Amino acid sequence: MAQTTAAQEPTRRDFLFLATGAMGAVGVAAAAWPFIAQLAPDAQTVAAGAPVEVDLTPIAEGQIVKLFWRGALIFVRNRTPAEIEAARATPLDDLKDPEPDQARVMEGRENWLIIFGNCTHLGCVPLDFQGQYGGWFCPCHGSVFDTSGRIRSGPAPINLPVPPYRFVDDGRIVIGETA
Amino acid sequence: MSSHPTTYVPKSAAAKWLESRLPIIGLVHSSFVAFPVPRNLTYFWTFGAILMVMLIIQLVTGIVLAMHYTAHADYAFTSVEHIMRNVEYGWLLRYMHANGASFFFIAVYIHIFRGLFYGSYKAPREVLWILGVIILLLMMATAFMGYVLPWGQMSFWGATVITNLFSVIPLVGDTIVSFLWGGYSVGNPTLNRFFSLHYLLPFMILGVAMLHVWALHVPGNNNPTGVPIKSGKDAVPFHPYMTVKDTFSIVCFLAVFAWFVFYLPNYLGHADNYVPANPAVTPAHIVPEWYFLPFYAILRAVPDALFGVILMFASIAVLAFLPWLDTSKVRSGSYRPIFRVLFWAFVVTCLVLGWLGSRPAEGIYVILAQIFTVLYFAYFLIAMPLLGLLEKPLPLPNSITEAVLGKKQASGSGMPVGAAAEPQSKG
Repeated sequence: MAQTTAAQEPTRRDFLFLATGAMGAVGVAAAAWPFIAQLAPDAQTVAAGAPVEVDLTPIAEGQIVKLFWRGALIFVRNRTPAEIEAARATPLDDLKDPEPDQARVMEGRENWLIIFGNCTHLGCVPLDFQGQYGGWFCPCHGSVFDTSGRIRSGPAPINLPVPPYRFVDDGRIVIGETA
Repeated sequence: MSSHPTTYVPKSAAAKWLESRLPIIGLVHSSFVAFPVPRNLTYFWTFGAILMVMLIIQLVTGIVLAMHYTAHADYAFTSVEHIMRNVEYGWLLRYMHANGASFFFIAVYIHIFRGLFYGSYKAPREVLWILGVIILLLMMATAFMGYVLPWGQMSFWGATVITNLFSVIPLVGDTIVSFLWGGYSVGNPTLNRFFSLHYLLPFMILGVAMLHVWALHVPGNNNPTGVPIKSGKDAVPFHPYMTVKDTFSIVCFLAVFAWFVFYLPNYLGHADNYVPANPAVTPAHIVPEWYFLPFYAILRAVPDALFGVILMFASIAVLAFLPWLDTSKVRSGSYRPIFRVLFWAFVVTCLVLGWLGSRPAEGIYVILAQIFTVLYFAYFLIAMPLLGLLEKPLPLPNSITEAVLGKKQASGSGMPVGAAAEPQSKG
C-alpha cells in the first residue's frame, strides 16, 4: 500500500473527495425522501377523509351515536339537561386539562356534544355512560371522562378532542368542515 | 468465527479444493466442532441452541404461512381461517408459528436470566450482551407485528394501543403516528406494512444472531463459576460434548412445545382474537401476549402517558447499560451471597409485574404496579452499582477444574498445584 503523503496545499483529490462527498450526501437524502414519504396517508385514504353529513333528528335525548370520519370514531351525544348541568357545574380547578364545557359545544346547541371516540391515552374506545361522572370509562387503562368528554382521572393526558364540524341547520351537521 | 486458528485439515480432494478457495468448513469446524467450551456448562447453557432452532422453526413456518395468507384488512381474518380449515396441515403450521413465538420468548427469557445470574454481561462480553438486547428488541417488534396479522380484535386494538405510544412524543407525535398507520387510524395500509416488516425482521434477527455468535466465540462461553478457562483441563471440545447436550435439551424443549401445539394450542392466546377486528368496539379487557405483560404493567403504572412510554422503553434499554451498572468484579452469582438473594427478588419482581400486566388497570393493581416498577429499576440502578462496592464475595475457585473436581483431584494425584504437566488442550 502506497503511503499517502500530506500535501502542503489541497490537492485535486481533496477537492474531489469533498465535492463527491457533499454530492453523495445530497443524493442519499434525495433518494431517502420517497421511501419516507410513501409512509404518509395515500391519496385514496386522504380522499376517503372527506367531510360527512350527519342527520341528528333520529338521535334521542340521552343517546350516543357512533360514526366514523377519516376512519376515526366519533361520538355524537344528545345530552340531557342534567348532563349539561353536571358538566357546567364542574370547577375548572378539578380538571386535568381545564376547558369549560361552553368551549366544547356550540352556543345555543349545548345538548350536542361531538367528540372523537378514541381515548387520548392509547386509542381504545371508552365505554358509554360509565365511570363516576356518567360520561365514558376507558376499559384499557382506566381513564374516566365526564359528560363533556373531559378527562377526570386516569392516564389520558387531554380531553377527548372536538373534531371540526358545523351545523347546516338544526337537524344536520357536517363533520370535517368548519363554519 | 473465532480468534482460534482452525485445526481443521481437509482430507478429500474436493474438501481441499474448496478450503483453499473458501475456508468455510474450517470455519464451521473451529466454531462448532473443535471450539473449546468450559467443562462445567449446565443445561442453562443450551438455550442459545434452542433459540437458534426456534428461529428456524419460525422462519420456515412463517414463509409457508405467507403463501396462504392475504395481507388485506378485508381478507386477513378469513385467510387465517382458510389456513386453519382448508390448507393441508394449515392448522399445524399456524399453531406451530403462534406457539413458536411464545416458546421463543420462554427460551429467550431463560437465556437472559441465566446471563443475569452468572454475570455473562460483564467484560469481556459487553458487546455480546448488547447484541442480545438488540435481538430482544427485534423479537418484540416482530412478535407484535405478527400478532396484528390475523386482524382479530386483539390484533387491531393491540396495534392501536402500541402505535399510539408514539403519539405522546411532543410536537411530532401525531405526524409520526399517521406515518406509522398510513392513514388516520389503524387500517389496511397499517396491516400491509406490518406484514412486510414482519417478513423482514426475522432475517435481521438472524443476522444479529450471527454477530451474537461471533461475539461469543471471541471470549468464549462464560460458565457457572464465572472463572475463565485457564488451561486445557478446564475445557472440552464443542463436539461431541456440547452438541449432544444441546441436542438433548432441544428435544426436551420441543417435546413441551409439541404438547402445547397439539393439546393446548390456544392456551397462550386470547379468545378475543377469534373475533374479527372492529374499530367501533374495544374488547372489555385488552391484554398483550404474555411475554409483553411485565413491560405493559410498567407502562400502565405511570399516570402520565409520556413518562409511562419512556419508562417502558427504558425498562429494556437499561439492560444494555448493565455491564457498566454492575460494579462487582465477580461474575457468577454463586459467589455473591447478597446478589443471589436480590437476583431471585428480581425474578419475582418480573413475574409479579407480568401478573399485574394481566390485571385491569384499577385500584390496588395500579399501586402494586408502581411499587414493582420501582423495584425493577432499583435492581439495575441502585442494587447493581452499590452491591459491587458493599458485598464481600465468597472465595473463587482457582480454576473451573478445581470447582468441578475439588482442589485435590484438580491438582493431580497428590501433587502440588501446577506441578503436573499440562495435558494437551483438546481445543
